[in-house]
Amino acid sequence: MSLLHLAIFSPFILAIFIPILYKFLQRIHTGWFVLPLPILLFSYLLTFLGKTKHHKSLVESFEWIPSLHINFQVQLDSLGLLFALLITGIGSLVVLYSIFYLAKDQEKLNTFYVYLLLFMGAMLGVVLNDNLIVLYLFWEFTSFSSFLLIGYWFTREKSRYGAQKSMLITVFGGLSMLGGIILLYLMTGTFMISEMVTKADQLFNHSLFIPAMLLILLGAFTKSAQFPFHIWLPDAMEAPTPVSAYLHSATMVKAGIYLVARMSPIFAESLVWLWLVAGVGIVTLCWGSFTAVRQTDLKAILAYSTVSQLGLIMSLLGIGAAALHFDSIDDQNFTVATAAAIFHLINHATFKGSLFMVVGIIDHETGTRDIRRLGGLMNFMPITFTLAIIGAFSMAGLPPFNGFLSKEMFFSGMLKIAQFDLFNLDTWGILFPLLAWIASVFTFIYSMVIVFKTFTGKFQPEKLVKKPHEAPFGMLVPPIILASLVIIFGIFPNILSYSLIEPTMASILPSLLGPNEVFDVEIAHWHGVNTELWMTIGVVILGLILFKTLAKWQNIYLLLPEKLTFNKLYEALLDRSQFGAMRLTKGYMNGFIRTYLVYIFFFFIIILGFSLYWKSAFKLETTNTAPVGVYELILALIIVIGSISILFAKSRLTSIILLGAVGYTVSLLFVVFRAPDLALTQLVIETVSVSLFLLCFYHLPELKRYERPVGFKAVNMLISVGVGAIVTLIAISAHSNKLFPSIAEYYIENTYKKAGGENMVNVILVDFRGFDTMFEICVLAIAALGIFAMIKLRLTRRKEG
Amino acid sequence: MRTNDLILQTVTKIVLFVIILFSIHIFFAGHYYPGGGFIGGLMTSGAIVLLLLAFDLKTVQNILPIDYKYLIGTGLLFAVGTGVIGLLSGKPFLTHAFDYFQLPFLGKTSLHTAVLFDTGVFLVVVGVTMTIIQTIGEDE
Repeated sequence: MSLLHLAIFSPFILAIFIPILYKFLQRIHTGWFVLPLPILLFSYLLTFLGKTKHHKSLVESFEWIPSLHINFQVQLDSLGLLFALLITGIGSLVVLYSIFYLAKDQEKLNTFYVYLLLFMGAMLGVVLNDNLIVLYLFWEFTSFSSFLLIGYWFTREKSRYGAQKSMLITVFGGLSMLGGIILLYLMTGTFMISEMVTKADQLFNHSLFIPAMLLILLGAFTKSAQFPFHIWLPDAMEAPTPVSAYLHSATMVKAGIYLVARMSPIFAESLVWLWLVAGVGIVTLCWGSFTAVRQTDLKAILAYSTVSQLGLIMSLLGIGAAALHFDSIDDQNFTVATAAAIFHLINHATFKGSLFMVVGIIDHETGTRDIRRLGGLMNFMPITFTLAIIGAFSMAGLPPFNGFLSKEMFFSGMLKIAQFDLFNLDTWGILFPLLAWIASVFTFIYSMVIVFKTFTGKFQPEKLVKKPHEAPFGMLVPPIILASLVIIFGIFPNILSYSLIEPTMASILPSLLGPNEVFDVEIAHWHGVNTELWMTIGVVILGLILFKTLAKWQNIYLLLPEKLTFNKLYEALLDRSQFGAMRLTKGYMNGFIRTYLVYIFFFFIIILGFSLYWKSAFKLETTNTAPVGVYELILALIIVIGSISILFAKSRLTSIILLGAVGYTVSLLFVVFRAPDLALTQLVIETVSVSLFLLCFYHLPELKRYERPVGFKAVNMLISVGVGAIVTLIAISAHSNKLFPSIAEYYIENTYKKAGGENMVNVILVDFRGFDTMFEICVLAIAALGIFAMIKLRLTRRKEG
Repeated sequence: MRTNDLILQTVTKIVLFVIILFSIHIFFAGHYYPGGGFIGGLMTSGAIVLLLLAFDLKTVQNILPIDYKYLIGTGLLFAVGTGVIGLLSGKPFLTHAFDYFQLPFLGKTSLHTAVLFDTGVFLVVVGVTMTIIQTIGEDE
C-alpha cells in the first residue's frame, strides 16, 4: 500500500463521510467539502510530471489475490498521468461549478457527491493500473456511477431511459472486454499489461489474437460511444450539466480511448487494428458531426459533437499505428497522428468542458436549451458569450485557439495515410482525408450554430421561462479557467509538447524508440502554404455558406426514415428480449410452490442419477460396517413410521407434532452414534422450528383435502420415491467409495496443537473453516432480512389494507 | 381467548434463567466440550421462544426491548472484525490467536480470539431466529 494507492482510494474514503457531512452541516453546500480533494490530488499528481517526462514510470504493487495473478499494481506513466490530471483537474472545476449549479436546499446533494466521488476514484483506478482484472473492476465501476448520475433526477422518465441505455450498452462492452482480457491471459499467462507488451511479438500469430482484439475493442468502442454504439451518449445528457461536462465529455467517455492507447503496443501491428480503429473512428466522426447539425437542443448538439470528436481521436490513434510498420522514426512521420490524438484529447477536454459549462449557464439562467427559443442573449450575458465564442471557435478549428493546431495536425495525419503503401491503403486510403474534411465542415457548422443561434438574432423573452441575466461569479470561474487554457495552449502549444505529449507517445508506441531517443514534437502555427492550410480555408468558406443557407438544405435530414435509426433497433431489441423473456418465464412460473419443487426434484433425480450411472459411481461395501444394534433399529423404525403418518394426518397440528417427533428421534440417533454436538444442535433446532411452525400455523387457512386425479398423484409419488432412492444410493456410495485419505487425521493432530482447543467440531467451525462459518451466518442474516422484508414491507397489501 | 397458563408462566420465570445460564456455559465451553456459539445462540433463542409461548409478544417486547435486526448486524461485525485482527498483524484474514493467562479467581485460563468470532456467531443466530419468529408472529 503506497501513497499512490491511497490517492486512488481517497475519493472512495471521502464518499463514506459525505452523507454524514451533508446531514450535520446542512448550512454549508456539501460541494465545498468535496472540492479540496480533487485539487489536492491534482497538485500531488503534478509532482510526477518531472519523472514521467523522461519516459520513466512509477510502479507500486499491492498484493490482492496473488494466487490468481491479480495484484493491485499501480503504474504511473505519462499516458496514465495525462488522464489522471484530466480527471482531477476537470474534476476540481466541475465540483466548483456544481456548487453553484445545484441549489443546496432543493437537490439531494449527498447522493450526487457520493456518486461523483465514486466515479472519480474508479476512473483514477482505470488509468493508473497495470493489472487488467483490476482495471476491468474499476471500468465497470465507472459504468455504474455513470448510470447513477444519469439517473440522478430519477423521477424523470427520460433520465431513467438514458441511464438504462448507457448501462446496458457500456456493460455489454465491459463484459466483452472481460472476455478479451481472459483470452489475453490464456495467451500470455499474465494479467499485467506491461508483461503482455514484452510478449507482444509472440502473440501476433496466435489463433486467439484477433478474437481478443475484437472483444477488447468492443469494450473501448461502447465506452467511447463509437458508431454504432454512440446512441447512449445523447440520452446520457439527461444528467445534470456538471456531470455531462465531466463524465460524458472530458473523462469517462475517454476511457475507451485510453484503453485503445494502452493496448496499442500489444495489438497495433495488426492490419485489422489499423482498419478498425481508424475506420470506426472516422465513420463516427462523420456521422456525429452530420447528426449534430440537425439537433435543436444545445446539449444534444454537444453530445453528438462529443461523439464525433471522440471518433476523431480514435481514428488518429488508429492511423498512428501505421508508424509501427517502419523500422525507425526517421523514415516517415506517421507519429504525427499519435501526437495529434494526444494533443486533441487535451484540447477537447478544455474547449468542450467550457462549452458544456456555458450551456449549463444558459439553461440555468433562461430555463431552456432549445435554440429555437433562444436568441439575442449577447447583451444579457457578455461574459458567457465570450466564453462560448472561444470554445466554439476552437472546436471549429479556427486560429489562434488550440483546436486549430490539433485540427491541422489531424489533417496532416489523414493525408499521410492516403500515401501509405500497406494494407490496400494506397487505393482506399484517399477516403480518410476526404471524410475528415467533410466532417470538419459539419463541425464548423454546428459550432457556429451554438454561438450564433443562441447569442445573436432576435431576442424572444416570451419563450423563456426566466428573465435572462449573467451567471453568478462562481459559476463563471471554471469555464473562464478552461477558456484561458484554450487560448494559452493555442498560443504556446509547446508547453505541452515535451512535458506531456512526447512522453505519452512513448507510452503508446514504445517499440519505436531506442534508448535515449525521443519523438520530435514541435507544434507550429505556420507550416507554409500547404494542403492542410487549403483544407482549413475550404472548411471555413464552405462551412460559412452552408451555415447561412442552413434552412434551405435542412430537409435532407428527413430523408433517413425514423424507423431505420439505431435507436429504433436498440428499442426493438430491448422490447423483443423483454417480451420473449417474459413469455418464457410465464411458461413455467405458475405461482405454485409445489410446481417449483417438482422442477427442482426432477432435475435433482435426472442429473444425480445420470452422473451416478455414467461414472458408474455406485458401490456397495459391507466389509467395514458395524453391526446394527437394537437401539438403532427402534429409532429408525420410529422415524419411518412418523414420516409416513405425516402423509395421512388430517390436521396441521398433528403433522407439526409428528414432524417434531421425527426430528427429535434423529437427534437421539446422533446420541447413539456419539455425536453430542450434532445431537444438541438438532435438539434445539427442532424445538425452535416446532415453535415457529406453531406460530405460523395460527395464521394458516384450514387444511383442506382435494381429490386429485390418479396421474397427478402418481407423478408426485414417483418424484418423491426417486429423490429418496437417489439420496440413499449416494449415501451408500459415499460411504463405500474412499477416493482419497480422510482429512480427519489432520484435525485430530492439529486441533490442540494449532488452535488450542479440544472440541474438534467447534474448532473446525470457528477456526479451521472459519470462512465457511462466516459466510453461513451471512446467509442466515440475509434470510432473516429477506423474511422481514417480505412480511413487513409488502407495498401492495399495505395499500389495500 | 385466554387459557389457564399459570403453571407454564410460573415455571418459565424460573426455567428461563436456567436455560440462559446453561446456554452461556455451553457457549464458553465450546472450545473444549460440546457446545459453541451456534448451539448457545439457538438455546438462548429457545429460552426467548419459551417466554413468547408463556406470555404474549407485547409483554416480551416490553421485557426485552431489543431490535433483533441490530443484533444480526452486531454479530456480523464481530465475526468480520475478528477476521480483520488477523489482517492487521500481517497474517491472512481470519487467522486466530490464543494464549494462556493467569486470571484472578479463574486461575490459568486460555483466551482465544476465536471466542470473539464465536460471539459473532452467537449474536447472529439469536438475531436471525428471533427476527424470523417475531416477524411471523407479529403479522396479522
